Amino acid sequence: MKAVGLGEPVLGLEPSPPARPATRGLAARALDLVDLRRGGILLPFVALFVVLSATSAAFFTTTNLLNVLDQQASTLIPAAAATLVLVSGGIDLSVGAVYALAGVTAAHFALVTSPGLAIVVGILVGVVVGAVNGVVTAVFRVNSLIATLASSYVVGGIAGLATGGNIITDFNRPSFADFARSSFLGVRASTWVTLLAVLVLGFLLHRTTVGRYMYAAGGNAEAARLAGVRVHDVQILAFVLSGTAAALGGVIDTSRVLSAESSSGTTLAFTVLAGVVVGGTSILGGRGAVWRSVVGVLFIALIGNGFDLLGLNPLYEQIVLGAFLVLAVGLDAWTRLRRS
Amino acid sequence: MVVDAGLAPAHIELRAVSKHFGGVRALDSVSLSVRAGSVHAVVGENGAGKSTLGKIVGGVIAPDEGEVALNGAVVRWRGPHEALNHGVATIAQELAIVPELTAAQNVFLGAEPRRGVLLRRRELLRRYTSLCGRVGFGVPADTLAGELRVADQQKLEILRALARDAQFFVFDEPTAALGRDDIEKLHQVISRLRSQGRTVLLISHFLREVLEVANDVTVLRDGRLVRCGPAATETEGSLVQAMLGRSFEQPFPPKRRPPAGSPALLEIHDLWAAGVKGASLKVHAGEIVGLAGLVGAGRTELAQALVGARPAQRGRVVLAGKPFERRTPRRMLAAGLAMVPESRKEQGLFLGRPVGENAALSVLKELSRLGYVKRRTERRTVHEALQHVGVRSADMVEAGTLSGGNQQKLLFARVLLTKPLVLVADEPTRGVDVGARRAIYDLLAGFAADGRGVLIISSDAEEVLGISHRILVMRAGQVVAELDGETATEEDLVSASLLERRAS
Repeated sequence: MKAVGLGEPVLGLEPSPPARPATRGLAARALDLVDLRRGGILLPFVALFVVLSATSAAFFTTTNLLNVLDQQASTLIPAAAATLVLVSGGIDLSVGAVYALAGVTAAHFALVTSPGLAIVVGILVGVVVGAVNGVVTAVFRVNSLIATLASSYVVGGIAGLATGGNIITDFNRPSFADFARSSFLGVRASTWVTLLAVLVLGFLLHRTTVGRYMYAAGGNAEAARLAGVRVHDVQILAFVLSGTAAALGGVIDTSRVLSAESSSGTTLAFTVLAGVVVGGTSILGGRGAVWRSVVGVLFIALIGNGFDLLGLNPLYEQIVLGAFLVLAVGLDAWTRLRRS
Repeated sequence: MVVDAGLAPAHIELRAVSKHFGGVRALDSVSLSVRAGSVHAVVGENGAGKSTLGKIVGGVIAPDEGEVALNGAVVRWRGPHEALNHGVATIAQELAIVPELTAAQNVFLGAEPRRGVLLRRRELLRRYTSLCGRVGFGVPADTLAGELRVADQQKLEILRALARDAQFFVFDEPTAALGRDDIEKLHQVISRLRSQGRTVLLISHFLREVLEVANDVTVLRDGRLVRCGPAATETEGSLVQAMLGRSFEQPFPPKRRPPAGSPALLEIHDLWAAGVKGASLKVHAGEIVGLAGLVGAGRTELAQALVGARPAQRGRVVLAGKPFERRTPRRMLAAGLAMVPESRKEQGLFLGRPVGENAALSVLKELSRLGYVKRRTERRTVHEALQHVGVRSADMVEAGTLSGGNQQKLLFARVLLTKPLVLVADEPTRGVDVGARRAIYDLLAGFAADGRGVLIISSDAEEVLGISHRILVMRAGQVVAELDGETATEEDLVSASLLERRAS
């Protein structure tokens, strides 16, 4: 065989499709679902869903389920974006602070300008902080854990400074609430925005060149660089998206309750990370998927929802959550071990 | 130099040992007797079951069927530590060294002399020195292990095993990470272990070293024992034949000289970078240039500075007549200069990602529209590329599951998809079995025959001589000698690597 024409379609032999390794039996595919590493969080999620449906009459109702989705909007969107950050080899602890600053910014601008502009400015806050995080991490080589921890202090501080520690209320600007509260086909706008954000981020990670580069950058940065990937650009983009998503979450919640304060979102970074990791995305980079994070976040949400509906002592909720987190990370470590 | 262990009793015996991994039969009823006080080599292609065998002997894994006997008594170890308690030590490919501890501390790690909770540092040093003296190692006690060369780190592992009075050593590919001179030294160490009455099981790719140092050789193929006999009755050719199950006369493809007056595709003038001190060279169209020299001569550094993987301070790089000032891997790839890096695991592959993604990475832009990856096009392209380099594997399996040879071919697939003008291959056959080796040589030869250029870095003198049209020898960051690939001998190569610049 000659070393020519690699990458070009072989003339004359055109449309005969290459051997498709994916043609496998149904049984094999069904097995994949059971495969712990691939299926991962799906099984526990479905199990919990079934258990809750059986034990609580209020659980499997449109109202309850839509409510859960609505409440999770400001976690799901940052979690979907955080997946991209983790996959490309970083971690973003500043989502809570960005969420708060974007929230108070939007609340403030809703008072003085139009709701539309308030939303845009709020989201821009996230773009800027994300860009700074990305540049500090990728270009100045500061470990992203430290860099985003530091920026979360700075950003949180700015939010506190701007509000003087007070709550900003938009009760006299009811039109601002339309962004989160108006409904279409019986579903809240916030849920539609979440769906759109998750789909866009999922598409980006799983179907585009940039997504591939993220896996490459997080899986083996040096190899990615040598293969011609712009590792820095890809990592910066992930942080920008994460900041943007966190800001969007903050704006949605502000619009929902028509008020914002700088101290909100303090635990968001951990809730988001917990959801992503429970979903099965690796904190070591190079491995993960957006759908996993969605299921992971919803799984945690169902635990909380279940505690509420069944009237269980909410003090146990965090213990259960912590246990699941360790299980998820342990499973990741175990599969890595088994593969090597 | 091989001391005959004569009719010594078996130190370790495998009796009809089998091992499966998933559905794969790694070892199939292998019986083997390692005589006490001998060096027993195990050879075979990648995937033949060598390492599995070594791990079973070392207690790292347990056999599914069959039994292991130590001095005639059946043993069943639950881990390498139990094996070590019985005097069986494994020196693995990946060294288990704590880089932040000193040499002496590493050797006595977990067995430090102490009084109560206090360490007896002077006693530690005394024991270390006496141990080193007994085996003739000269590794300074106070140096941090992380600052030692790989060869010295390996010695620490050997010392550690000796400190626990190991009588049986399993060496799993010990020379894979060593340079030529260190390989020689390791052979001396192995011989010394034997002369002290210890037994060595040596698992290796390098047939010549096996023949130099071993008393007995076992050949494995597809998990089965092909034959086991004295090394004195084997040759490299006979071993290869046994490993492949067919004769394998010609290790290298025929050399096709580039036509006289072929233009220079790549020119390097006075290149300076960390480890490179004013190197100059040319690669012509159709030419395979071998870059030889000792480890540390600056060959890898030169390659990296050339493709922009490490910063260069000074120097001109001209590719196809066009100078390139600020080089990055990305820019040079686009310009037609590609590199297959030295370490496929650390610098090349994404082991947890599918084979197809690994292959397509560098040309993903061409396989996409507005950032959307056209997966049908991608799959077709990858399929062709894999076929071209001879990887018969589904594109969806993880790259980490491929054998070393196939991983290397996968890297070639990625690089060749970028259609480079000049290919830089850094140690392209390291850790690659004989069959895949020939396939890689064929790829390089075919690439050059197309009128493109190859710069191959290799520490294997035979390889450099066998594949190159022209050989450049580096020493201390400079190209110091040029040899003709047709007429040069191994002696020429070694003396050029070692000696001062000759008048040329």
